[in-house]
Amino acid sequence: MNAVLILIALVTVGAAILAMSRRNLLHSVLLFAGSWAGVGAFFLWAGAEFAAFAQVLVYVGAISMVVLFAVLLTRRSREDLAPGPVSRSRAISAVLAGIAVAAVLLAAVAGTPLAVSAGPAPAVSVRQIGGELMGPHAAALLVVGVLLTVALLGAVVLAAGDRPENPEDAP
Amino acid sequence: MNPLQLCLVFSSLLFAVGLAGALARNNGILVLLGLELMLNAANLNFIAFWRFHPGAAPATGVIFVIFAIAVTAAETAVGLALVIALYRHQQNIRLSEANRLKG
Repeated sequence: MNAVLILIALVTVGAAILAMSRRNLLHSVLLFAGSWAGVGAFFLWAGAEFAAFAQVLVYVGAISMVVLFAVLLTRRSREDLAPGPVSRSRAISAVLAGIAVAAVLLAAVAGTPLAVSAGPAPAVSVRQIGGELMGPHAAALLVVGVLLTVALLGAVVLAAGDRPENPEDAP
Repeated sequence: MNPLQLCLVFSSLLFAVGLAGALARNNGILVLLGLELMLNAANLNFIAFWRFHPGAAPATGVIFVIFAIAVTAAETAVGLALVIALYRHQQNIRLSEANRLKG
């Protein structure tokens, strides 16, 4: 059981590291999709099937496609996909910051006695999740719906811009 | 090391990779994806504690993750729209050149 978890973790973190170190932006985005799929596999491993479905639908399906569109919309030539090199000192200090944060977190995890329930995963059906969402969490669900609507409208407004009308385009 | 600690190690590593990437890269889209990675690490923690913590309520972790994913989707849409607006202004998405408001 732990071997599967370690395998999933290695694939996910490896894909993320490769994605962050690639020069080609398209490769990065595809590797990120692989990393998100790895997180979805972890959800399946932990017995949270519904979260895994949401992860695959939203991340691997929708967000990776939107990001690919953004990558392809914001380049002018094939060479543009490989942006100029990052300054060396900045890369080194960023990696050092990442290692420092990882060290602090790992030390905290290793030093904390954590009680673990030995039993199987808590069984939760889709019907139960629906009941929870519509019952005790109905207000939060409504707020999230409004948030998504407003955010997507705002994204359209931001991305559309105000291009001056070309008089020759008028019918 | 028990499975909960392994899960936490996994999510810590994922968070650190996202943080290092978001700090190191100069490309707006990659910085945004680094943020996504950090949020994914947080979701991982929700599920890990829901799975292994004794006495956790049956659906709490899953519902938390669903709300987090929804908020992340909204954040990504706005972030990518900002990247596209940035591209329209300066014809590239290098964040080091987005310094017009710098004092």
